[in-house]
Amino acid sequence: MIQPVIKGVSAILAHAPSFIRHGSKPSREIGADADLLPTILAHLRSYHEALSYAPHQVFVGRIRPNKLRTLPTPWLTHPVAPERFGPFGEILPEEELYGLLALADEFRLLALDSDFTEEVIKRLADHPMLHSMCLDPVREAGRRDFGESLNSASAMPLFVEGNRLIGAIRRGQEDDESLAAPFLLENLAGKATGALALLHLASRDGLSLDAVEYVLGCSEEAVGDRYQRGGGNLGKAMAEMAGCGNASGADIKNFCAAPIPALVVGGSLVAAGVFENVAVVGGGSLAKLGMKFRGHLKHQMPILEDVLAGIAVWVGRDDGRSPRIRLDSVGRHEVKAGSSNQAILEALVARPLAKIGKRITEVGIFATELHNPEITVPQGNGDVPLRNYRTMAALAALRGEIDASEIDAFVQKHGMPGFAPTQGHLASAICFLGHAREMLLAKEIETVQLVAKGSLFLGMMSRQSDGMSVLIEAQ
Amino acid sequence: MDLAHQEAILKVVQEKGKENVVVVLGSPDPESAELAAETVVNGDPTFAGPLAGVSLGLPVYHVLEPEVRGAVDPKVYRDAVGLMEAVLPAAEISAVVRRIRGSKTE
Repeated sequence: MIQPVIKGVSAILAHAPSFIRHGSKPSREIGADADLLPTILAHLRSYHEALSYAPHQVFVGRIRPNKLRTLPTPWLTHPVAPERFGPFGEILPEEELYGLLALADEFRLLALDSDFTEEVIKRLADHPMLHSMCLDPVREAGRRDFGESLNSASAMPLFVEGNRLIGAIRRGQEDDESLAAPFLLENLAGKATGALALLHLASRDGLSLDAVEYVLGCSEEAVGDRYQRGGGNLGKAMAEMAGCGNASGADIKNFCAAPIPALVVGGSLVAAGVFENVAVVGGGSLAKLGMKFRGHLKHQMPILEDVLAGIAVWVGRDDGRSPRIRLDSVGRHEVKAGSSNQAILEALVARPLAKIGKRITEVGIFATELHNPEITVPQGNGDVPLRNYRTMAALAALRGEIDASEIDAFVQKHGMPGFAPTQGHLASAICFLGHAREMLLAKEIETVQLVAKGSLFLGMMSRQSDGMSVLIEAQ
Repeated sequence: MDLAHQEAILKVVQEKGKENVVVVLGSPDPESAELAAETVVNGDPTFAGPLAGVSLGLPVYHVLEPEVRGAVDPKVYRDAVGLMEAVLPAAEISAVVRRIRGSKTE
């Protein structure tokens, strides 16, 4: 078997406050109460505020997650240095996100205001990666009449700076609900942010885009027309946009858990010698913008779910230094395992470690659902990572590995504070992989277990949940 | 408590009669347990769901309360709930639910 390793990881955020109104929850609630819109618009963050938000700087790799424990809270009112670029990627401003969407738009769905487009093109010309792309699709979007698009009831208006109308997206086909404008915008947002992460991966870790043979998409969008809604394939679409001319691709779907099965499948393709270089890529979830806005408004906070995320991972052959993917320690949540927390963690944490003779306490750090608690607590959802770590610690106590009095110490030693925006799949373990890679390369830790869970039952095809875990190990 | 759960509880009560329904909560913290308990006893305090203004007065317990534990096979309880008993603030959650159970406004 060829040993698969993690040769690079990128992570980006795209600031998208004017897209909050298009998020699933806000759009439904604005539809029911138009008076809500001004309130939402009065609670948007500026780009500078998004840059200086400590959890965002953790996401792009400038700050280690555990450093958040020593920063004053709430992070919201204690800004850090507002840097755009970090070791893993960048925090893209909203104006440039529109440029990126236009670059992703092969079917001329977008029409943008001409003056705004000029502004966007100037900015893209200064972007370290996007400047070398052909910007004609953006120029063309600026030549289309968005006013005419908006005359059609099925088009959707687009904004910047909260409420400045600068364009529209039309639906793909009049009688196809699967190609309605809101779905196409969601899909374009996923494609564009995933492709940006792939470009960052290539610019940072020495990956030649021509060397990528397969791109596994692991986002949460549903691409397809009425005959195959959700059939995909965003993997290949992202490969094309990023310029991976020799790649093909496909998608792996598993709700929030998808990136970990995608990593395991990618690692297996490399291990079996099928491909030499695989990229696992997840783009952002537009539907989840503003998902918990009610909680934020209630606590007089700005709406914190205002960023789309993107992550790309380069899985390749052993180079003698990059962290290894331990395919002999993959945990899966079997159908018959049961859905109690205990059953899930036995399946995902304890059993795969036991297979290679390891105990829970021997793992350096666990990465689980790492949602930023400042986003979830105001909505009454609690501190999700803390609860997960305490549950893992309790499992270690039940198995006699630690004393029940050591639960807090376990959380301190093997856990971290949540820092990810509530972008589902990207908040689920994979957002730590960039940090994990650096820490494993520096030998600060020996092992990281990535543990992801997915809410299979949400799709109403099964009452099961699912999950997968994999151990990543330093050389 | 989300709207679908409120709707489901209302439907069960209409079909079976409230004297035949007990609500067992699994909420992970006192705040969410309080909201859920309040909803099935005195009505949806957020006035957003089908139980807004509807005081069902249902008996409500949290799965970590001794009344529930005593009614379940110890092995089943240990396997399904044992882990979370060590993690969640059982005393605080139980106190909140007990208080609301005793606050029926019927």
